[in-house]
Amino acid sequence: MGDTSEFSLAIRLFLKAYPWRRIEPVPWVPLAKPLNQCRLALVSSAGFVLPEQEPFDDSIPGGDVSFREIPSDIEVARLIDTHRSESFDHAGLRGDPNLAFPITRMRELVAARRLGSVNRRHLSFMGSITAPGRLVRDTAPAAARQLAQDAVDVALLVPV
Amino acid sequence: MCNQAVSLVAAELERHGISTVAIQLLREVAEKVRPPRALSVPFRHGYPLDVPHQSARQLAVLEAALSLLEDERLRPPALVEFQPR
Repeated sequence: MGDTSEFSLAIRLFLKAYPWRRIEPVPWVPLAKPLNQCRLALVSSAGFVLPEQEPFDDSIPGGDVSFREIPSDIEVARLIDTHRSESFDHAGLRGDPNLAFPITRMRELVAARRLGSVNRRHLSFMGSITAPGRLVRDTAPAAARQLAQDAVDVALLVPV
Repeated sequence: MCNQAVSLVAAELERHGISTVAIQLLREVAEKVRPPRALSVPFRHGYPLDVPHQSARQLAVLEAALSLLEDERLRPPALVEFQPR
């Protein structure tokens, strides 16, 4: 698996001391119908934006907890990797955004009738959030309301 | 940090009635944060679905993730290791 040995000593020490948020209780929604009848949305934390969208703000202490809507019919090559972390290799994401926003693969799964459909919009976060209070309180609920309004059945979440 | 962020969003989606599955790159973080349903993958950061431009490799990870949604034996928090074929 990926492990912290990829990171510098300073980052490893930070991660070791970091007070991770424990989800308690853990919510759980069983799948209500076959996947080939489900509508799926993607949620990526790769910090992808479209050229016409406002970039994530690297200057916000604790991280930018906002999110961008990514339309389902985008050309995946238009996604711009703006993830602020320098602790991982960005070459894969920049060459193939499907690596963290697999919309092309989802279209293939719909065509193969493994999935019912992809939602009309998907969500892009900047995952480098060290102070997630505002994410938990404000933007994650807002994101969830949007996808619930779209009658999304299942979501696939991809970090980097 | 990304692993925590998607886990926290996943929990909120579940609270709104949406079934979720999250990819996780650091098992030790997933064990602490406890996303509802997660696939732990053996890839380095920046490569959550394995190899760029290799659709079959990416689909293998995605299929493993989606199959967690269908596994009625799982209970929360469910953290399953990806087994490459």
